[in-house]
Amino acid sequence: MIPQIENVRTISRLRNTPGSLSMADFLQRIAERGDVEAFRKLFQSYAPRVKSYMMRQGADANTAEELAQETMMAVWRKAGLYSVEKGSATTWIYTIARNLRIDRLRRELTWVALPEGHDQVASTDALPDDLLTEQERKLRVQTALAGLPQDQLEVVSLSYIEGLSHSEIAERLGLPLGTVKSRMRLAYQKIRDLVEDLK
Amino acid sequence: MTTKITHHPHAESLMSCSAGSMPEAFAAVMASHITMCPQCRKDLALMEKIGVAMFEQLEQTSVLQDAPVMHMRAAEADHGAIAVDAAVVQGGVPAPLQPVVGPDLTAIKWKRVGPGVAQHIIALNDDRANLRLVKVAPGQALPEHSHNGSELTLVLQGSYRDETGEYRTGDLADMMGDATHSPVADAVDGCICLIATEGKLKFKSLLARFVQPFAGI
Repeated sequence: MIPQIENVRTISRLRNTPGSLSMADFLQRIAERGDVEAFRKLFQSYAPRVKSYMMRQGADANTAEELAQETMMAVWRKAGLYSVEKGSATTWIYTIARNLRIDRLRRELTWVALPEGHDQVASTDALPDDLLTEQERKLRVQTALAGLPQDQLEVVSLSYIEGLSHSEIAERLGLPLGTVKSRMRLAYQKIRDLVEDLK
Repeated sequence: MTTKITHHPHAESLMSCSAGSMPEAFAAVMASHITMCPQCRKDLALMEKIGVAMFEQLEQTSVLQDAPVMHMRAAEADHGAIAVDAAVVQGGVPAPLQPVVGPDLTAIKWKRVGPGVAQHIIALNDDRANLRLVKVAPGQALPEHSHNGSELTLVLQGSYRDETGEYRTGDLADMMGDATHSPVADAVDGCICLIATEGKLKFKSLLARFVQPFAGI
């Protein structure tokens, strides 16, 4: 049975309309009372994108399907560990997918484990952003990404979406390693300037 | 941490770390530094947003199977927080590293690789870069060398100095292939570092080049 896929617009409407439930609310319902309907909603919203992510990271369609299912099962099991301070539901689910990808596709230890390890350590340093601020920050990051020169966006995308190391990006693009690093650094400076401008 | 960290990884290294795209040896060094460095944790939080933004913009691929609700029960869910090891750096070993080398630097089995230099290789699944602990005796200089790929060095104990400055506990040197340096360990405390290297080191002097195959560094 193929579930209906909600598009991005539906998701953001769910998140922003007062009175309707946000993805974070669904997570909380799963945590509090094992709400299967809430889980189904999350699954329909996120599983297809997690599957795409796994495929872009080099998994074949079957493996990507398994990893998407496994990611969502982890979301179900770990929902009790989620809190709004850890960021949006998307941030949380993305990091679970990322960690699972390192563990399964690369068979490596997840050294910088997110969100559990990192966020709990980090939470003592800075006050967590509230959800609204996080929405704004995310929009700023998206705007900044859209405004990047093509050559900078390309290396950022190869790093985050295709999962390539700096050296692998250099090889893929036929560029010196230093060029790849400086493009990424420039991209980050632009994104950081735009986001920090918010405060 | 009582000492202030003054040397940090470059932004592009933190980005790669946040993306989960570093060779494993580099990720291990970064993770160890990050547990000691609030500033890098803060930068990392923004970099994660880049990953989230790109993830959200991905196309969607139909999943073939519906949510596996038949197999789920509320009882299967984890509730409450995971216990976090409060000791970030215990016995000189940063928490992320403890599962692979144990909690105590004094219990490491060192193998001598040259005058005043010993190392302990940490085996990983990912062979794109290698990871090792290196212990340098007080005042000992390493031969001037450069690297083929990237190199990350994190000071775990003592300090060293090279052309780019002084590196103390918690400091991370983020070096590129063409950089040449000749580090000298602190005259009193010596130095223990965690080093991830991509590609073989290239030594400048003929003697050091002769020693390299034996040293394995």
